[in-house]
Amino acid sequence: MGGNGGTPKRMTETIIKISGLSYGVGGRGIFSGLDFEALRGQVTAIMGPSGTGKTTLLRLITGQVSPAAGRVEVFGQQVDTLEKPELYALRRRMGMLFQNGALLTDLSVFENVAFPVRAHARLPESVLRQLVLTKLHAVGLRGAAELMPAELSGGMARRVALARAIVMDPELLIYDEPFVGLDPISMGVIVRLIRELNDALGITSIVVSHDVDELAQIAHRSCLLSGGKVVAQGSPAELRESRLEVVRQFMSGESDGPVAFHYPAPDYFDQLMDRGGSSSSAGRAPR
Amino acid sequence: MIAETLQRIGTVAVFLVRLLVQCGPALRKPRAVVHQIYNAGARSLIIIMLSGLFVGMVLGLQGFDLLQRFGSEDALGVAAALGLLKELGPVVTALLFAGRAGTALTSEIGLMRATDQLTAMEMMAVDPLRHVVAPRFIGGVVAMPLLVAIFNVIGLFGAQLIGVQLMGVDPGAFWSQMQAAVELDDVNEGIVKSVCFGLACSLIAVHEGYTAKPTAEGVGLATTRTVVISSVLTLLLDYILTAAFLGR
Repeated sequence: MGGNGGTPKRMTETIIKISGLSYGVGGRGIFSGLDFEALRGQVTAIMGPSGTGKTTLLRLITGQVSPAAGRVEVFGQQVDTLEKPELYALRRRMGMLFQNGALLTDLSVFENVAFPVRAHARLPESVLRQLVLTKLHAVGLRGAAELMPAELSGGMARRVALARAIVMDPELLIYDEPFVGLDPISMGVIVRLIRELNDALGITSIVVSHDVDELAQIAHRSCLLSGGKVVAQGSPAELRESRLEVVRQFMSGESDGPVAFHYPAPDYFDQLMDRGGSSSSAGRAPR
Repeated sequence: MIAETLQRIGTVAVFLVRLLVQCGPALRKPRAVVHQIYNAGARSLIIIMLSGLFVGMVLGLQGFDLLQRFGSEDALGVAAALGLLKELGPVVTALLFAGRAGTALTSEIGLMRATDQLTAMEMMAVDPLRHVVAPRFIGGVVAMPLLVAIFNVIGLFGAQLIGVQLMGVDPGAFWSQMQAAVELDDVNEGIVKSVCFGLACSLIAVHEGYTAKPTAEGVGLATTRTVVISSVLTLLLDYILTAAFLGR
């Protein structure tokens, strides 16, 4: 399951194209002039240290938030200019796996997977049943169809959410931190499923994560976010050989470097001695 | 402060319009609506019935004490019926509804927001307003008048229990004077109030849940706001509606 094999011809069509993207929250800039592309049929990994805006980038791609400047195009449509019906039509071509699964807690596993089908199509119950069981079988949870979400482990919930994400046969599948909090077995299952589903269904996958080793197994291409931009991109092997300090720090997991270990703070000694700015009063005993 | 309040009222009004647009499609899935009527109504029955009984009993005691000073204790049935139908029934039920069903609605929808369930629906191109909020809103609006009716019946039973069984008011006078004095307009006033309170309390509950910050603190604050705003709004609406009915 190598991630950096040859590039077939069908993998040249751009599915997501982001150019000159700027975005901020509460006066704090997250992206400034970010460019990004994802090609059809590929697994594209978006990596980066915590707080660099990986999940925010997914929210921009899916039209949950609008950029301050720049263009976000998905399937050739500029996402932030779409009205709700067009945006919903676009989202029907996507599937998304949330970090926590986001299963509907009042519905069984079967009904969770059936939910988008019931909402968008009128299928006979027998056909719907076959469709849902097929998708649950693909993630190995056909036997858990009648369980409730509260009865599932974290890994099982993630797999049910994956079955729900693919039940409408999307062209683009987006994974937000799919490996967080999983045991090695569950993680291996999810890693295998992401690549197998991508290849078997001929879809395009975007995986946001900071698990370098897992992404190296499945990604055709990886992008590293830092300082509001994509600072490096290429195959996982190319990123490992990068001479950029920020890339080397991230890929080798060093605690200090261009990405500082310490959050910006006043001088340590001054703060301990209670001199200077207002933050130094934190923890002061009442007078 | 005033600008902020006006902005908030405007936001709720826009939310109401968006919600009403989705109520039609939501009614095409009656099972979901019936389930929500059960959640908001049937699950509030015990607290409504107990409260109705005690309110009716207090009304019987206080009414008897007041009326016997004028030698008019036979009018206890009328006093209890009018008090319950026009005021106590709708108001007390709405206050209890805000505390029981309203908070449940707010916290449920708020937690769905906090756990990304609503976002997941939006990502599946499914409008949460139609599939989550509208059935709960309709459920609350339908349940309220039914709960008020049950509260009134139990309340009258409580008043009769104290007035007739305990204090010795003549049962014939109790029921016949009630039948003669209570008019259809009095019943209608109670029904209009209960529908208005149902709309207001359900709207506040689902709006606060839908717009709650997706954190534990945010959901807690939204739940508190539901009780406070619903209670104040119920009493304000009660005054306006009473004035409107008396001024006709």
